[in-house]
Amino acid sequence: MKQNKMIKIFIMGKAYQVPAGLTIMDAMEYAGYRFIRGAGCRSGFCGACATIYRKAGEYRFEFALACQEMVEEGIHLAQLPFTPAPRAGYILDDLDASENVLLQYYPEIACCVSCNTCTKACPQDIEVMDYIQAALRGDIKQVTELSFDCIQCGLCSMRCPADIKHYHVAQLARRLYAKSASPTPQHLKDRIKEIEAGKFSDELEELTTMNLDELKERYAARQIEPTT
Amino acid sequence: MKGIAYFPGCSLKETAKDFEISAIAVMDALGIPLIELKRWNCCGTVFSLTSDDLMHHIASVRNLIRAQEMESPEVVVLCSMCFNTLKRVSLRVNRDEESLTKINAFMNKELDYAGEVEVKHLLEILRDRIGWEQVSEKVIHPLDGVSIAAYYGCTLVRPHEVGIDDTETPTVLQEMIESLGATAVSFPFQTECCGSYQIVDRRDLVINRSYRILSSAQRAGAQVLITACPLCQYNLDEAQTELAERLPDYTSIPVLYFTQAIALALGVEAGTIPDLLAESLVGQEIPKKEETTR
Repeated sequence: MKQNKMIKIFIMGKAYQVPAGLTIMDAMEYAGYRFIRGAGCRSGFCGACATIYRKAGEYRFEFALACQEMVEEGIHLAQLPFTPAPRAGYILDDLDASENVLLQYYPEIACCVSCNTCTKACPQDIEVMDYIQAALRGDIKQVTELSFDCIQCGLCSMRCPADIKHYHVAQLARRLYAKSASPTPQHLKDRIKEIEAGKFSDELEELTTMNLDELKERYAARQIEPTT
Repeated sequence: MKGIAYFPGCSLKETAKDFEISAIAVMDALGIPLIELKRWNCCGTVFSLTSDDLMHHIASVRNLIRAQEMESPEVVVLCSMCFNTLKRVSLRVNRDEESLTKINAFMNKELDYAGEVEVKHLLEILRDRIGWEQVSEKVIHPLDGVSIAAYYGCTLVRPHEVGIDDTETPTVLQEMIESLGATAVSFPFQTECCGSYQIVDRRDLVINRSYRILSSAQRAGAQVLITACPLCQYNLDEAQTELAERLPDYTSIPVLYFTQAIALALGVEAGTIPDLLAESLVGQEIPKKEETTR
């Protein structure tokens, strides 16, 4: 197999040689970094590996999921293990999908100046600012639709000059919308029936009574993705 | 484009739905439909007076870009507060090239704003493009015998450079009222501020100011009061609820959006009309409207 050509990258300011064609996450691991937090599914779904980087010669920061974006010559990398954004506490069953509910729990959305910095930071290409604006006018349906692809990586909130916690606002909107406006899907109703009828009770019982070593063995031998 | 690009603003989608419902119906009837901007955000709410505070103009400029994207030379606004903010920002960036350049550079990944969109209030379109005579011709339920007070508030006529009429003695709303067959009531407090955002933490101030406005209008003979501002409407109605409790002799009057009065006269969807108005229009055939989703 032909060896990829090596390129020079910078991780937290220090230069490394890594093979071209690696993702940001792979390149950092190649250089010797170990991800204890800030890494998850490695498939672009979980949102744990949100990162900030800068291309050679550019002054603007760019944003991506480290498991998805490829490194290039002269790129500057860093790691963002977590976004410490607070989430409002609420009991969904007690909430109505009223026009003001998002403002009540997240009053800071009223500080949005439409700078669009959140949208520029979104690795999922979501119109983040537009859904915050929809949240401001109580349009829960539009927040739900615009934010549907959100993986809660937190980059929007990291960048916001108004300290808005966008992804938590959107999550509350989606929960309210699901509760009040969208019908419960048939497969969910079916599955709840199955659970109540005890379909998984034996398996669950088996797992909860298993000793730790057996459990570890089972976990290590689990099938992660179906093999083709 | 048949029709005119239209910026609703947040209140019209929330607390002032009747304003939008009636305006859309009226403009459809008058042959210039309102075409809502495909994307829009908050206008910025208030025009920032700090000379180097460009950040708070971005919201307005972004909306002007949305109109530009629709290749519209103008954007029409109903809420007088949004109108005021959008228009002042448009004038601000037009005469200060440096700040426009700065704002455009900040808003990368967006079309540059070319500074060519004109901000219009719906009353200007009615007065200058359609004309009150033509509005009169479309009236099927003349509001004969109804005395309507024209309440302007602040942001429709001030400051002078954005005002749609004379700052001290405007007449545009009276002309509109007369065109519907009603009697226009002028009163001393018609351009006084209702107290605006003070409702949040200085409630009594707003109640007192609203009382002055409402009682002055009533003394002048008004049975109905009209406004172009969702915040004025909210404050005046909120005050009336409290005044009715505090003052046994106080009689409330309906506070409507001006577009609701036109809609009633044209016999089109007018939104929710208070029973009080139905009473004051005894003998009139009022088109019964379906309950709106308010």
